[in-house]
Amino acid sequence: MIKVGLMLVFFICCSTGGEIAMTHGMKQVGEPENFRPRALWRFIAKAVKNGWVWFAMPLMAGAFYSLLILFSWAPLSVVIPASAFNYVVGTFGAKYLLREQVSAKRWMGVVMVCVGVALVLITAKR
Amino acid sequence: MSHEHRLRIKTLFMVLLMVVCANLGDLLLAKGMKQIGAVQMSGPGIWHALLSTIHNGTIWVGILFLIGFTLCYMTAVSWADYSYVMPAGAFGYALNTMLAVVILHEVVNAQRWIGVVLIVFGVLLVGQTHPSTTTAKPVAS
Repeated sequence: MIKVGLMLVFFICCSTGGEIAMTHGMKQVGEPENFRPRALWRFIAKAVKNGWVWFAMPLMAGAFYSLLILFSWAPLSVVIPASAFNYVVGTFGAKYLLREQVSAKRWMGVVMVCVGVALVLITAKR
Repeated sequence: MSHEHRLRIKTLFMVLLMVVCANLGDLLLAKGMKQIGAVQMSGPGIWHALLSTIHNGTIWVGILFLIGFTLCYMTAVSWADYSYVMPAGAFGYALNTMLAVVILHEVVNAQRWIGVVLIVFGVLLVGQTHPSTTTAKPVAS
């Protein structure tokens, strides 16, 4: 259980850090003009030239490999909902790093997700 | 169609694509890792696990779906909030648990089901907020 918990913390740090960096980079890139192949290609080409997108990649890779290890240690129905704790850390990151306006309703949603995650972890005794 | 309505529809569409890709990817990765067995936390153990994942076809198909998920995610956060897109993506938890029960034959107790339901309702609440609260974004051209 401790082993799974520690790996979960590592996964959340890598995953949330990577996603926040990726979001920051994609905000700089901007949205695709339309969904035609040429516009999408231009969109991807611009994204791969962004430094924040590249900074996010190793963090996301770390999250990916720690998730693989978690899959081999615990059932899918434990690992996936437990990783929802990303939403709490991510919401703080969105508010303070990405300067997003997080309303009371959005926070309430995050709290509900937290309670759900706690319930899932309680059932994860091994 | 108003700008906000269009924003919601295209965000919902991209989130649905994210959910499908992420769920199929996670399921295939789990299946692949179950084929490999528990990873031993030692140098040779991790090396053996790495080689085994490289040679496992199920894991590669799972990776393709996760690449699809990443591209959809990158597109969605280019116009919508991170704190909106990520929770919205958790609509897939219900589907994921169902797949785990039906395909992997995992046993899911009532308490865990309640947890999953709470997560989904929390996500629904977040989904009712405005998708984008930051300043207008540039268009990639």
